[in-house]
Order: sequence, then C-alpha cells, then structure tokens
Amino acid sequence: MVDVTPADAVPPAEVGEVELYHPHSWWTKYVFSQDAKVIAVQYAATATAIGLVALVLSWLMRLQLGFPGTFDFITPEAYYQFITVHGMIMVIYLLTALFLGGFGNYLIPLMVGARDMVFPYVNMLSYWIYLLAVLVLVSSFFAPGGPTGAGWTLYPPQAIMSGTPGGQDWGIILMLSSLILFIVGFTMGGLNYVVTVLQGRTRGMTLMRLPLTVWGIFTATVMALLAFPALFVACVMMLLDRVLGTSFFMPAIVEMGTQLQHNGGSPILFQHLFWFFGHPEVYIVALPAFGIVSDLISTHARKNIFGYRMMVWAIIAIGALSFVVWAHHMYVSGMNPYFGFFFATTTLIIAVPTAIKVYNWVLTLWRGDIHLTIPMLFALAFIVTFVNGGLTGLFLGNVVVDVPLSDTMFVVAHFHMVMGVAPILVIFGAIYHWYPKVTGRMLDETLGRFHFWVTFVGAYLIFFPMHYLGLMGVPRRYAELTDMTIMTDSARHLNSFISIMAFIVGFAQMVFLFNLIWSIRHGREAGGNPWRATTLEWQTPQTPPAHGNFGKELPIVYRWAYDYSVPGAKEDFIPQNVPGDFAPSREPA
Amino acid sequence: MAVVLVLVLIVVGSVLFHFLSPWWWTPIASNWDYIDHTIIISFWITGVVFAAVVLFMAYCVFRFRHREGNRAAYEPENKRLESWLMIVTAFGVTALLVPGLFVWSRFVTVPGDATEIEVVAQQWQWSFRLPGKDGKLGTSDTRDVTADNPLGVAPKDPNGQDDVLVEAADLHLPVGKPVKVLLRSIDVLHDFYIPEFRAKMDMIPGSVTYFWFTPTRTGTFQVLCAELCGQGHPLMHGVVVVDTEQDYLAWLGQQQTFAQLSAPQQSGSANQPPGKIMASNLGVAANSKLSRSAQ
Repeated sequence: MVDVTPADAVPPAEVGEVELYHPHSWWTKYVFSQDAKVIAVQYAATATAIGLVALVLSWLMRLQLGFPGTFDFITPEAYYQFITVHGMIMVIYLLTALFLGGFGNYLIPLMVGARDMVFPYVNMLSYWIYLLAVLVLVSSFFAPGGPTGAGWTLYPPQAIMSGTPGGQDWGIILMLSSLILFIVGFTMGGLNYVVTVLQGRTRGMTLMRLPLTVWGIFTATVMALLAFPALFVACVMMLLDRVLGTSFFMPAIVEMGTQLQHNGGSPILFQHLFWFFGHPEVYIVALPAFGIVSDLISTHARKNIFGYRMMVWAIIAIGALSFVVWAHHMYVSGMNPYFGFFFATTTLIIAVPTAIKVYNWVLTLWRGDIHLTIPMLFALAFIVTFVNGGLTGLFLGNVVVDVPLSDTMFVVAHFHMVMGVAPILVIFGAIYHWYPKVTGRMLDETLGRFHFWVTFVGAYLIFFPMHYLGLMGVPRRYAELTDMTIMTDSARHLNSFISIMAFIVGFAQMVFLFNLIWSIRHGREAGGNPWRATTLEWQTPQTPPAHGNFGKELPIVYRWAYDYSVPGAKEDFIPQNVPGDFAPSREPA
Repeated sequence: MAVVLVLVLIVVGSVLFHFLSPWWWTPIASNWDYIDHTIIISFWITGVVFAAVVLFMAYCVFRFRHREGNRAAYEPENKRLESWLMIVTAFGVTALLVPGLFVWSRFVTVPGDATEIEVVAQQWQWSFRLPGKDGKLGTSDTRDVTADNPLGVAPKDPNGQDDVLVEAADLHLPVGKPVKVLLRSIDVLHDFYIPEFRAKMDMIPGSVTYFWFTPTRTGTFQVLCAELCGQGHPLMHGVVVVDTEQDYLAWLGQQQTFAQLSAPQQSGSANQPPGKIMASNLGVAANSKLSRSAQ
C-alpha cells in the first residue's frame, strides 16, 4: 500500500470539452432525448413493463404446475409459449436491458465524471431499436399461432417444426427477428458504454479508482459485445432454415411420417453457438450485479470494499473464463463425451474468483458500521441467494453430477436462484439506493421493508425446495406431471406450495411498483447525497442532475471510490472529488 | 435485528429441510451409485460453505450493526487473508472435481462386454431395436423411414434382417448385464431418461449418441423424455422392464424381427404413420398443419 499524493494523480486537461446537443423542445427533451439519464429511465421503464408480462406468464405456468387440470385454457401449447416468452424476457429484455441499458446509461457517465455518453445520438438509437425489439416480441402474442413454444433455448430442429407451437407459424420468425433487433440495438449502446469508460473519464479518474459498479457494467458490456454476435449468426441461420429452407441446423428428418426436404445440417452446432453466447450471458447479468452490490455494501457499511484490486481482477477473470465454459450446458447433449473433462475443469475453476468476491463482500461487513437500510438488506439477501445458487452450480458444472440433474427442476431452481433472484435483489437494492438521485425523493421506507421481506423470504421458499423436486428426477419443461411414477402426493403438494408462494411474491412487486410511482411526488425530499456516499454521482450540483451532469466545471478526482471511515477524517466518508491533503488516503496504489 | 434471526433460520431451516423432508432421489436401479456418492460429497462441501458464509454474515450484522458513535475500521486489503482464502477454496473445488472426473471417466468408458441396443425416438413415442442372433445391429438411415419401416433400418443390410424391433412398446432388459444404449431420433431432439438409472442422454436426428449402464435390480421403470420436443413432450413416456435372465428370454422369444415385420402380408397399425396414432392417443391438440403432414 502506497500513499498517493493527489498532485501526481491528476493529469492536466488534454482536450477541450465538446458541446452537448441541448434539447429545444419537449419531444427532444423527454422522448427523443440524447441525455443518457433520460435514455436510462426509458430503458428501465420499458424493461419493467415487459418484465410485468414475464411475471404474469410465470403466474400462469405456476397455476398449471401447482393446480394441474384446474385451468383448461392452459393447454400444453400455451404452457410452452408461456415458459419460452417468460425466460426470454427475463434473461434478455429485462435483465440485460435493465443492467446495461438502464443502470449503465444512468451511472457510467455520472460515476466516471463525464457529461454524457460519448456518442449520444447512437445511444438514443440504441433505445429505440430496443423498444422495437420488445414490440416485435409482444406482437407474437397477436400473430396467428401465437409466440414460439420452443423454450428460451430455441433448439432446432423442433423450434421450426410444426410439433412446436409457433414453429411453422409466425412465432419463431418474430422471436428470431426480435433477437436480431435487440442485438443491433444493444451493440449501439454497448460500444458507447465501453468507449465512455475508456475515453470519457474525468481528470484523475484512473481505471483503478473506478467504482466497482462501473467495472462490473464495463466488463459485462465487453463480454456482451463478444458474445451476442454468436447468437446473432445463430438467429440468422435459423431464420434462413425456417424461411428459405436452408439446412444449417436441419438434418434429414421424418416428421409424422413425412420426409422433410432438409438434409445434412447439424442441430448441435446451434447449441454450441447458443451457449457460446448463453454462458457469458449469465455473467453479463451477474457482473453488473456484482459491481453494484459491492458499492451498496461498502456505502451502507461505511467501510471501504475489502480487497478492491482483487475484486477488479476477479471480475476480469470471471469475464474471461466464462468464454471457455459454454459446453457445460451440453453435457448430455450428445456431444463428444470427452469434452466433459475440459469443461468441468474450467467451470469449477470459475468458482475460485467467484468465491473471492463473496469473501470480500462478507469481509467488508466485518468491523463495519452496518446501517440496515433497505439497499443493505437487499445486498445481504443477494449474498444468501447468490451463494446458494452458486454452490448448486458446482453440482451442475461437475459433469457427472449433471447427468442425473440436468433437464430437471434442480436446474430450474439453480438458475432462478443464481441469475434470477440474486441479480433482481441487487436491482431492487440499487433502485432503493439511486432512486433519490433520479427523482430527488426517497422511496417509502415502510412499503420498502414490506417489499424486501416478502420478496426475499418468499423467493427463497420458492426455489430452495424446488431443488429437491429435481433431485427426485422431476423433469423441467413438463406441462403436466400426470401418470408419472416418480411423482408422489407430497411432491404435488410441494408444487402447490411453490405456486402459492409465487403468487405472494408477485403481489409484493405490485406494492413496489406503487411505491415507485407514489414516491415521485410524495416521497421524502432526499437532498443531493442522502447516503453520504463518496462516488461522483452524489456530488452533482443539482439533484436530479441536469443535462451535462456537473455544471460548469467537471469534477477532478483525487482518490478512490471507497474512502469511508478514513482514520483522522472528520466525516465517515470523503467524496472522490475532495482533495486529499487533509486526510490520509490509503487507497491501494 | 430481524435480519440476523432470519439469516440463522435460513441456515437451520435449509439443513433441517435437507435431512427431514420426504423429497429425495428414487431408489437406484443401476450401477451409477457412484454418481449418487458424488452428489453426497457435493452436498457436504457446499452445505458447509453455505452455512459458514451465511452464519458469518449473520454474526457480522449482529456484532457490527450501526450504533451511535460507531465507526468502521479502515482496511483496504489483507494480502495474507486473501491468498489463504483462495487456497482453501481451490482445495474445496478440487475435492469436488477429482471424484467427479473419476466417475465421469467410468461413465464414458463402455465395458467391452456391453450389449448394444438401440432406442429410437420420434414425436412422441419410444421404439427399440435389439441385435438378433448375429449380435450386430444393422445400419439405419432416416431416409429409409417409411410406413412399413418406421425405424429406418437399412433394407439391404444383412446384419439388420434379424434385428428385433419393439415398436412403441415396452423394452425388456436382463438384470446384471451391461448395456450400451445407442440413441437415435428420426425427427427432433429427445432425451432418454430413466430417473432410477440416473443416466440420461440427448438423441439428435442425424447422429447416434450413447451411454451405458448395468441394471442392478428387476422391476418396471418409466422412461421420460428430458428434452423439450414439442407439445406432446410431457406425455412421451415409455417403459423399461428389467427381468431375470429367464423372463427376459421368454419375452425375447415373442418379439418379431425386421425380416418378419417387413414381409409383405402386413396388417393393422404398421401401415399407419406412427406419429398420427400417438398424437391422437395422447389427446394432444394436433394443429392443422400437423395432421396434414401426417396424411
């Protein structure tokens, strides 16, 4: 550890500032806005709206699983459409869009001390193409045959055949088109986030002074820019197979007694392309959550994040390793079984940097001054669910253990815990944390605590027991569990219990939405820095920050983002833009 | 403080649930109890880590919660602690991985005396093919599938003539004999899964995949499809009966070979495209395209 003198760390301004495009009308200020903060809110609102559709779909599938035979309108076709669209929305249109498009847009320029993203116009286009992708997805509900029911993995050949809902109708075409649009839109935003972090930082904001939130979002974006192209080509190829009759993924097939025209394609090629995207996608969702939760814990425990440099390297290591583990989703896909040795090893190696992150979060609490605010509660809940879901990942990643468990409810429980519940708890914590900056008012505390307890305890009660259904052998993606010898009466009761919990947890989200809307006008005034936090977004002259973020002068950064409870300092936090001469800054060099 | 209590309850509750709840795996019926042992090792290691992390967190929240005048310690990093934790984690991961890979190497090494049998999947039923007296399965091709040859056995291949075909009926296997299951599909992805055998593997149209196991007790076991294969997926059940050697031979004697089945005097269901029968039997809402293609 070396003490850094501020003068060394602040380079002179190299280039002058570029004039921002200032809006001239209501339309360009609130609708076709080039302000990253407005775009962030647009992303977040759209993602939340489509997320509500996913929530309703999850209720419908839980109605069917918990109370089989009671609801006639949930046919197997409808059930498969529900699970497919639910999964796709949650992974892509909600989590990816909200973390990168929502939090990325709002926080990156503010946290690195920039006036906006470096390409504001492209940033605006990114949102509108995302919205178009969402509308195309929604339109499949109104198309003949309804949305695709191929499962969110869209495996061919079934995805484009008539035995699957939407396979020979509009469903799959609209799904693939929507994904292609999403990737186009995301690429525009993603390039922006990366270039802004690399080129748009204010004076003194070295990479090793970035808050971990920015590190998480930045690394996830780089990964997404590398991973989404694999999905893009897979979608284009499948679209060609479906529309023009090519055979990229289609071998010779006899469907219901009829020889199809396809020949020579490889279904498993699609799986490789899909998971080459799909596994990094897990971390595209997880890394922003890792970053954000680090900052939540540090701020609300009034203590520097423990092992900052290790945290940064762990994020980068996880990001890199996650590109060489994709086939652990394919242990029983029929690929060469010897791949299992390689992919099990790489997969379990990822556990090491991931575990380090968990230790460092927990060690940040150690000897802290823990304020049990709502963001802190969500952060604690995140650690519980993430550790739980991460540990069951060690079952599924360990090739031979995956053989009995793969394609069962164990997998459903695992990925919901680790990339559903855990990141969403971080999203909630982050919303409670940054809402005062976005609106100038606090969210209601009582409603917030109610929301927290029901969501956390409820989600744990939904997904923890579900692992054991998988251990029994109950397969996933079963529209009905009738005539099955392994299903016991008690397992059916457990399914009903899980469904009831799902309805309760879903209801709590309505309370949250009400709080979001109600507090815009009625919340307590927050002031500029209600959490007494160090990072730059809390040091803006106005709250909510105006266009251009920082008034006349950009802030100059003198210290890392974690100077909490510095010995000798009067306050228990020193903002990043406060010169360091009155207190020792012991940031790691 | 409620949060401390809830964190402790989560650990205690999860452990109690694990040991006391009635939901556990089905009694095993194959040689893959190795896999069960690996799962138990995984439960122990991960269970200890989960309890340790959550309880430590609960302690921190209890001990270091905010009170008036408290101030957090300032400790950016601690190299020694960090490397020590990394080493312990690496040990834990190795303890999971080594037995796992050891059992996997058994899983992928098919014993020389394993009998090859074939499972053929199609929407939404299971058929089986056993080698005849020559002990060899004839070759097959999806392009050879016709109403009279629903499994696509190569009509000219002499090895295939005596193959025993079990179309959309139960498969019998003798107890105690290793089997290499060759998996084939003529339409979409499926997955041959019997919970009691612990093993499963996808079938891919255009390829032949495999796994092996030895049935270790007699009984009737349900086959489930474990890869979403369309609207009939949840009803794609089949049956494997594990017999004593004697019962098995008796059953085998009643089965028909490919040559017998492809003799010209055919009657009954063999002339029907199999998918159509299944779709109507299963009560699956066959959409218009589906029934058109079946005619």
